[in-house]
Amino acid sequence: MRQAPARMAHDHPGHEHGQHPPSDMELRVKALESVLVEKGLVDPAALDAIVDHYQHKVGPRNGARVVAKAWSDPAFRARLETDATAAIAELGYTGRQGEHMVALFNTPSLHNMVVCTLCSCYPWPVLGLPPVWYKSAPYRSRAVIDPRGVLAEFGVSLPQGIEVRVWDSTAEVRYLVIPERPAGTERLSEAELAALVTRDGMIGTARL
Amino acid sequence: MNGVHDMGGMHGLGPIVAEPDEPPFHHRWEARVHAMTLASPTRSNIDAGRHRRELIPGPDYLAMSYYEKWFRSLAELLLEAGLVTPQEMAEGEAAAGAPRAEPLLKAEAVATVLTRPGSYVRAAATRPAFRLGETVRCRNLNPTGHTRLPRYARGHAGEVVAWRGAQVFPDANASGLGEQPHHLYTVRFTARELWGEAADARDSVCLDLWEPYLEPA
Repeated sequence: MRQAPARMAHDHPGHEHGQHPPSDMELRVKALESVLVEKGLVDPAALDAIVDHYQHKVGPRNGARVVAKAWSDPAFRARLETDATAAIAELGYTGRQGEHMVALFNTPSLHNMVVCTLCSCYPWPVLGLPPVWYKSAPYRSRAVIDPRGVLAEFGVSLPQGIEVRVWDSTAEVRYLVIPERPAGTERLSEAELAALVTRDGMIGTARL
Repeated sequence: MNGVHDMGGMHGLGPIVAEPDEPPFHHRWEARVHAMTLASPTRSNIDAGRHRRELIPGPDYLAMSYYEKWFRSLAELLLEAGLVTPQEMAEGEAAAGAPRAEPLLKAEAVATVLTRPGSYVRAAATRPAFRLGETVRCRNLNPTGHTRLPRYARGHAGEVVAWRGAQVFPDANASGLGEQPHHLYTVRFTARELWGEAADARDSVCLDLWEPYLEPA
């Protein structure tokens, strides 16, 4: 896997496929917003609130709390297995693109990995908005046919004999990978455990 | 439709490029497109929105960024619904005498609307046709409209590993034919069934598939 330097990616947000967005996107979007606001079709303050929600209220820290609780609270883990939507709602994470949650538990013999080959479905309430690579053609095309190659590019070395199971999000079910609890973390608090959990670990493109 | 969006299993689409510490949006316009799509009067039908993005011609689809596709589909849905005219969109001003509406989504309702527990499960008219553990085969369907049955699974057999209730059927809902709920199953296919003997014998791929996509194997 290639890593894009952060600044360059910032200058060229369309690097998803190596192309550049038209320089007038800002103007075209601004024009559309002006019309919609003028015609009373959208409330600009509502747009601000939506942006704020996805910039500040949701993100992988939410999912990390779910994982840490699953590691430290066996009763919660059991509820997560039987009804992940309800268990995750206990922590306050509900709503759009998280309507039907399923938790996928990694084990020493099973590694789970999530993709949406048809678009870019992703569990927003627990992970926030997906990274560009998750939405990109290279990941969407290869995750199902060559998951081991993709994992190798992400620098993941898989234990010998492990099964890789890929979940293609073709419906409104949204998947959250629960990585295995790292060894030597017995004394850590739930908050300390949550700090160990990464976004990619919960997509399944990393192992903790 | 057999579009380029249905890309599972394709080769040659380039390297996976990850960006460290990636922000949710790279530009202000991306954030505004995201928000407008969620707040627009056209927002109610998620399947129609997805289908609209699939209808972007393949060469354009592959060349556009995620939010460029969102912008294009939002603009098309608004034009199609007659809510905005091409001239208004180009000029950024409402036509003289254009009607004024009342926004459907107000700022104070945003948090509630975005976090409201929703459900795509609906009452079913029939009992589930397939049982857990049963082997089913994906039908060889090639509809020209919206479908969530990827090409790479068609004709292949797998095991039913979960039943998710009857859920809104995207193939119908995307075309304005109503929700027409059908039973939804998670089906596990071995990697070898999908990709042949070169695939790792231990691996598998799970898909969520509606009953009309499936037949007894």
